[in-house]
Amino acid sequence: MATTYRIAVIGDWESVMGFRAIGLDTYPVTSAAEGKERVKELAKDGECAVIYLTEQLAREMSDVLNHYKDELRPAIILIPGREGSLGIGRDNIQRAIERAVGADIL
Amino acid sequence: MANITVNPTRMELTRLKGKLRTAQRGHKLLKDKRDELMKQFLDTVREVRALRAEVEEELMKVHKSFTVASALMSSEALEQALLYPKQSVELTQTSKNIMSVNVPVYHFQTKTMSDSDIYPYGFAATSGELDTAVDALGRVFRKMLKLAEIEKSAQLMAEEIEKTRRRVNALEYVMIPNTQEAIRYITMKLDENDRATTTRLMKVKDMILKEAIEEKRAADARAKEAFQAQNP
Repeated sequence: MATTYRIAVIGDWESVMGFRAIGLDTYPVTSAAEGKERVKELAKDGECAVIYLTEQLAREMSDVLNHYKDELRPAIILIPGREGSLGIGRDNIQRAIERAVGADIL
Repeated sequence: MANITVNPTRMELTRLKGKLRTAQRGHKLLKDKRDELMKQFLDTVREVRALRAEVEEELMKVHKSFTVASALMSSEALEQALLYPKQSVELTQTSKNIMSVNVPVYHFQTKTMSDSDIYPYGFAATSGELDTAVDALGRVFRKMLKLAEIEKSAQLMAEEIEKTRRRVNALEYVMIPNTQEAIRYITMKLDENDRATTTRLMKVKDMILKEAIEEKRAADARAKEAFQAQNP
């Protein structure tokens, strides 16, 4: 199956503008609510395989993120926004480990 | 265990023994699956952590370059420069099976072949910093895609491990002990029935014997009487 998918980047305008230059679909949003809507929309039409989301936004939309965590598509990956890394991405890995092992072992 | 409401019959016993065998085999298989998944998962997680640190660091550099570029250029000019991308990325997704977990594998194809040909703007009106930023972003993008792949794999594997772990525990601590308990209960009940039957038979035999002996005695007594009557 050779369906082609798109890659989306969601975040504040300053953080996502660069990604437009390398050919990704960018969706500048200004609030977490808007971000949630956008993620749901993109997940629904199923054309996006990967969504990069800035941590600044992700902080306020963990409910949406948890919903898509166990789905094969889309993969929502957190990236640091312009204001720097908040460590949420790293925490998520930690949480995955805790979930799998039942304890924090690394 | 409080759940014993089984019929103490041989048929039920055979059925439960079969169930126990299946449960034990399933338990062993699931345990193996969990161990192997865990091994793969930990490898993946280590990779994710290293790659994430790298990507985050490089992205911060990219953001910094963009900040400088936006300081040197007006935001309208910047937006205009990046408005229409020259590069486009096509992503195809296949999936790989790791211990029955489907994890994604991404392949991407860029429209322009060369990495140096990605700038969607003319160089006259833009700052050099923007070139640096776009160039760096183009390079970090590969890593970001790889990160997406393995991070998603890690998430999916974590879910599967959790499920498998629960199944293993349910079999080990609930299903197997309960079945064993039920089997023991039936075996004891059947043995008890056996013993009851044996004692009953012995009792019946005793009664029959006693009757036979009394009959014999009565017959003997009658014979004796008859004999004495004939020979006074």
